[in-house]
Amino acid sequence: MLFATPIILVAMDRLDTLEAQSIYILREAYAKFDQLGLLWSLGKDSNVMVWLAKKAFFGHIPFPLLFCDTGKKFPEMYEFQKKFTAEWDIKLIVEECPPIEEIDPTLPPASRSAARKTEALKRLIKKKNFQSVIAGIRRDEEGTRAKERVFSPRGTDAEWNFKQQPPEFWDQYKTDFPAGTHIRVHPILAWTELDIWRYIKREHIPVVPLYFSNKGKRYRSLGDHDITFPVSSSASNVDEIISELESTKIAERSGRAMDHESENAFERLRTDGYM
Amino acid sequence: MRARMLLNDFEPTVICKASKMAPTSGNNPSPSINLVIAGHVDHGKSTLIGRLLHDTNSLAEGKMAAVKAMSERRGMPLEYAFLLDALQAERDQGITIDTTQVLFNSEKRSYLIIDAPGHKEFLKNMISGAAQADAGVIVIDVEEGIQEQSRRHCYLLRLLGLKELIIVVNKMDLIEYSQRIFDHLKKHIIEYLSEIDLVCKAVVPISARDGQGLIDLSEKMPWYTGASFMDTLDQLPEANSTNHLPARLPVQDVYKFDDRRIIAGRIESGTLKIGDELLFTPSNKRAAIESFEAWNATSQKTKAIAGESVGIILNEEIFIERGHIASLSTDAPIETNVFRGKVFWIGNKPIIAGDRLKIKIGTAEHTSEVQSIENKIDLSSLEAIDADLLEKNDIGEVVFRTKSTVALDSFEKNHRIGRFVLIDEYETVGGGIVSMQGYADQRGLYDVTSKNIMAVSSRVDINAREAYNGHKGGIIWLTGLSGAGKSTIAMEAEHQLFSKGYQVNVLDGDNIRFGLSADLGFSPEDRTENIRRIGEVAKLFAEAGILVITAFISPYKQDRDRIRAIAGDIFHEVFIEADIEICENRDPKGLYVKARNGEISDFTGISAPYEKPRNPELIIDTGDQGIGESTTKLLSYIDEKFSI
Ligand SMILES: Nc1nc2c(ncn2[C@@H]2O[C@H](COP(=O)(O)OP(=O)(O)OP(=O)(O)O)[C@@H](O)[C@H]2O)c(=O)[nH]1
Ligand SMILES: [Mg+2]
Repeated sequence: MLFATPIILVAMDRLDTLEAQSIYILREAYAKFDQLGLLWSLGKDSNVMVWLAKKAFFGHIPFPLLFCDTGKKFPEMYEFQKKFTAEWDIKLIVEECPPIEEIDPTLPPASRSAARKTEALKRLIKKKNFQSVIAGIRRDEEGTRAKERVFSPRGTDAEWNFKQQPPEFWDQYKTDFPAGTHIRVHPILAWTELDIWRYIKREHIPVVPLYFSNKGKRYRSLGDHDITFPVSSSASNVDEIISELESTKIAERSGRAMDHESENAFERLRTDGYM
Repeated sequence: MRARMLLNDFEPTVICKASKMAPTSGNNPSPSINLVIAGHVDHGKSTLIGRLLHDTNSLAEGKMAAVKAMSERRGMPLEYAFLLDALQAERDQGITIDTTQVLFNSEKRSYLIIDAPGHKEFLKNMISGAAQADAGVIVIDVEEGIQEQSRRHCYLLRLLGLKELIIVVNKMDLIEYSQRIFDHLKKHIIEYLSEIDLVCKAVVPISARDGQGLIDLSEKMPWYTGASFMDTLDQLPEANSTNHLPARLPVQDVYKFDDRRIIAGRIESGTLKIGDELLFTPSNKRAAIESFEAWNATSQKTKAIAGESVGIILNEEIFIERGHIASLSTDAPIETNVFRGKVFWIGNKPIIAGDRLKIKIGTAEHTSEVQSIENKIDLSSLEAIDADLLEKNDIGEVVFRTKSTVALDSFEKNHRIGRFVLIDEYETVGGGIVSMQGYADQRGLYDVTSKNIMAVSSRVDINAREAYNGHKGGIIWLTGLSGAGKSTIAMEAEHQLFSKGYQVNVLDGDNIRFGLSADLGFSPEDRTENIRRIGEVAKLFAEAGILVITAFISPYKQDRDRIRAIAGDIFHEVFIEADIEICENRDPKGLYVKARNGEISDFTGISAPYEKPRNPELIIDTGDQGIGESTTKLLSYIDEKFSI
């Protein structure tokens, strides 16, 4: 042969880069922690995470998915869960959230309601002895999440000590920690809402239909039906959502009541162990 | 109540077009530039970013109103920094505690802007942000000028690999936009940067708070001939890919979820394709890439580039584990158990020689000991000054010795594999970049130049030999000045050991120099080769179950280190210590006299260096004790380590 075939390098685009990084993080978590679970809230972000886990582990997710059931999710979400638990071959652990009466009454109402989830998660972590829980939070959602580490240590009561976050650089994550504490792993911290939808489009990832416009409204962020509100939108498919997001000025979590109850309501929730 | 109000905010939905938003590039936006904004505390970093987001209409609806309310509640004028300082504690104290990241689109491209805290207390957080940067901006308050953290941040950014910086001179409003004061400061800035080998891309005068010079040029500074801050950013080159560097794939894991055995990892640099022969360091096993595996892929992948997280199946089942680095066999990483690092120390306790730290490089973790602190950088004079320790936030050079062989690159050659993180128990206490200056790649010692030879494995195993001899085999490597007593102690120990039934043999300078190394002189290269030969011979004896005692000056640390690397645990370094004056007084062979008279050149201690062992297994001080005592000390060590 006279000429060797030249290798043509196709540069990685933003989604390729994010995907590769998230897979790297998931594999790091799995390599380091035996007792590991992934929070599957059934929202778009956690579906993307499940998808990334399928990719990271070549179709076999080697740890359970966790679902903290408030009993107040939309019916469409429970249906979705049933369908894809089977289709994606998922090992699911469901933890019932404690009733509102068991939650700190000094919290503002929506926060108090959201804190049920934190409580369920704490109980689950204790029960199963989890060293690490993977959560699908993103920096662009909210200011305190923007300050997060990829591997974020939590105290014995799952609390976040944001004033003493460990240094984290060169993708060397915190994997040494005292017994009784745990690490929250955030594989999609660097993704934006737009990235999530572009990736959903590229990969054809299924999502709960509540994200699509129905009678002029759609949900941008899905939580409990009593503390999550739809936005006005005519976007009825993934492409339309993408073009809506390319120009919107409305914050993604504006429909989440607990974020806005006071200046630091959400920070308080998170300091106590909320995602 | 507030919740209700905010809900009303987005009804009906207003979709407004941002004025200076990036052109949305279809479904494939290219990766953004990671840009860190650093500098001394309070010089206006967060304000700069906040104001930039505001002036480019990049903020979500309601965000400015919220910040206005927060400022009013604290009785202060509108504080743009609150857009970034999301923690209540940060706003209450008016200081950034932790780093944050925001995606920002200019007309030209997108940026991941990293806000770094400037307070000394939070340097670890500054590094957490800055370590991801492709480009950097240092903000300097025009009234305060270059301060301690301005210097430290510049130096750190250089160490982290940046070659050029943009400098922003902020708070020009406080000096009535005076050109004279600006020019004066600019001169100092450029000088400082050039001293640490940083190119100053631009010095841009602005007022972050008042939005002057940020997006457009400011009318208040007609004398300024450069570009606005944002235009300066847009002139930054694209971030470099690492595709052109040698291929490096640190093994993250080996999966066997089904009948495939998949090697998983991220390609840190270079490219790989099917058929490439991979060499795994430090195991030195080889196998070729048979396929790239993927879930739900549309087509079979045949090659992969830097940054990809891949899964590989090899054509042969060789032993591989997390931490190994795969490379092409033609361009492998360095193998060593000793290296020098330029370290930034962020631990609360200082680092000193003898500290045991965990080192993370790629996906590998190694136990290591700090062999020495070489120096510390004085950030004002930029001099490397002698130091025994590095305190929190210090930068300096440290030599590390690892227990087992490490695969790495020098930072200069490949920054992705040439950097490491230091862990002390649960805490990350520092990081650094690798320099191999003064240390040799030890790979050559395992690599065999001639290809058609095969190692033959013996049918007598080592345990059987030990049981037969009644003791373990090994190397007692005596090192020290001429006249320190190496040969005398060696001969005496051999005699006594032999009478106790030991299989023992002494290799001494003269019997080797007349035979095995008859072709060598005393130049540094020849000395190195001499020691290499002796090391190999000693290893052969030791493997045959014999206790070998060597008695050579072996002045170079790196030569001794290499033997340790070849021989591993069976190598015991014993420092026969005696001051040069004592040795010169003893002068049993009259050599010191000749050396002093210039009749012998390259004489160790006089005209050639002797490098003391830093962590020998045993030190025998012959300065103030007799041969009897010294030998006894050696024998009790041997008894302890070699009896079975
Ligand atoms: N007069 C004047 N004040 C400014 C300007 N830029 C920032 N400031 C003020 O300087 C103070 C510090 O600003 P920050 O943006 O918080 O400083 P920083 O560099 O982010 O500080 P750390 O993150 O804590 O290191 C605030 O009170 C700002 O309002 C400016 O251009 N002119
Ligand atoms: Mg700041």
